[in-house]
Amino acid sequence: MATQSSRLAARLMVAPSVIVLFIWMIVPLAMAIYYSFRLYRLISPDRTGWVGFRNYTWFVNSPEFWLAISNTLLLVGGVLVITIVLGTLIALLIDQPVWGQGPLRILVISPFFVMPPVAASIWENLFMHPQNGMLASLAQGLGMKPILFMESYPMASVIFIVSWEWLPFATLILLTALQSLSSEQLEAAEMDGASALSRFRHIILPHMTRAITVVILIQTIFLLGIFGEIFTTTQGGPGSASTTLPYMIFKQAIAAKDIGRAAAGGIIAVILANIVAYFLMRGIGRNLDA
Amino acid sequence: MARATSPRRKVLTTLAAWAVALVIFFPVLWMILTSFKTEVSAVASPPQLFTADWTLENYVEVWGRSDYPRFFWNSVVISVGSTLLGLAIAIPSAWAMAFVPGKRTKDLLMWMLSTKMMPAVAVMIPIYLIFLWTGLIDTKIGLVIALMLMNLPIIIWMLYTYFKEIPGEILEASRMDGASLWGEIVHVLTPMALPGIASTMLLNIILAWNEAFWTIVLTTTKAAPLSAFIASFSAPQGLFYAKLSAASAMAIMPILILGWFSQKQLVRGLTFGAVK
Repeated sequence: MATQSSRLAARLMVAPSVIVLFIWMIVPLAMAIYYSFRLYRLISPDRTGWVGFRNYTWFVNSPEFWLAISNTLLLVGGVLVITIVLGTLIALLIDQPVWGQGPLRILVISPFFVMPPVAASIWENLFMHPQNGMLASLAQGLGMKPILFMESYPMASVIFIVSWEWLPFATLILLTALQSLSSEQLEAAEMDGASALSRFRHIILPHMTRAITVVILIQTIFLLGIFGEIFTTTQGGPGSASTTLPYMIFKQAIAAKDIGRAAAGGIIAVILANIVAYFLMRGIGRNLDA
Repeated sequence: MARATSPRRKVLTTLAAWAVALVIFFPVLWMILTSFKTEVSAVASPPQLFTADWTLENYVEVWGRSDYPRFFWNSVVISVGSTLLGLAIAIPSAWAMAFVPGKRTKDLLMWMLSTKMMPAVAVMIPIYLIFLWTGLIDTKIGLVIALMLMNLPIIIWMLYTYFKEIPGEILEASRMDGASLWGEIVHVLTPMALPGIASTMLLNIILAWNEAFWTIVLTTTKAAPLSAFIASFSAPQGLFYAKLSAASAMAIMPILILGWFSQKQLVRGLTFGAVK
């Protein structure tokens, strides 16, 4: 259907977004690569020079590094599993005929509208605080000792908070997919005597593959860079227990004021993101024949 | 799935669904309730859902202690501005990709999304320096540009999935009638795509409003939006729960209300082509 001229016009219309995105990506990346090979500390700005791969080797050999990598993957994977499993269950529940579906949806979607620093601070202070938090009061009421969430279970707490933030997104996308499923097919299966479980396994789940793919893709993009929630709650601690790769880079840049090392960490993070993206596209990209 | 169900089952599922929804919503509700309590009853143990001494004192004090209207206005300008600028760039691109797809269109879309995978912290220093050198630091226009670029891949993808659903025959018909490309976009495509554009706009206003990394890194005072406002109220050490809650409520209320009212459009827009 496309003619020569419309093809040219189409190229011209795509060009602005490609160009601005390319610049937005390539210029900071090039600068980060440059700094990653330089000695550049804000506390001694006069001492500069090329240091080869020393920033990289420092970063990779740092005792925090592998912990940060595994925390990053744990955060992404944990939140994905929690939001998709709970999201599916909640979507199945809300999809049933219930009274007040409108207001119900409003309640469920609400966490999505709460900005990350507020979400983190509500949970940390009003709920998980070991003296004044509601969960501490509940524990005391039951005669138990309050749980020190941020000290004893920092990663789990962060994963929990981030999952609360992303649950509405997953639920809504899965719910929309569920609602597009034809009821005839389900009724036919029900009449044939298929159990609820096998109906879910053989009809509902295959129908939702595409929606789950979208949830994984979009959430991974946002989760790989999670920063504010950790900054507000655990500050990467105690020690480095909840330090993720973005947070480790942040500590190098802001606390240690070592731009060279932070840049090297940034490049490593970009490489990691690309590896994740590669497997993501490989594994689930074909579900997305756009 | 509208299937006939027994009334008893409907009562049970309704109860279960409402219980789940209330649990999910509870933190927000609790924060709002706390914002109307005195500091003493905010930390009362056992926690009180309702107290006898409701007060607006916290709001008055937060309002008096900071320049809320300025933060609010900055949030509005930045989120709406970046969304409109993004739409202006994204609509032609998404149109072209949906109706004149090339061999590489899908790869291009995926590449655009992959630019979002770069952790913001990784390029924090370079972008900070670029903004410093170009004088964009702590300006609303700087943040409009940064957030537009951040959300552009999402905008393009959402629009693309909408435009894909518009049947190509309609465009061919209008082309036969001699409509120019631009005329086609303005008079044929846009009216049909308006619901899609509206929900894209809504989602992106929300994403931009809630962005809390670049808005804090790239501003100091002049252009700081509500994310920076709330950052300055953090770390209360258990002493100022009511005031923290009031400030939090002030930061999220505008977008929460917008979200509640536009829930239908938003949900329709949130599918990202997940439903065929």
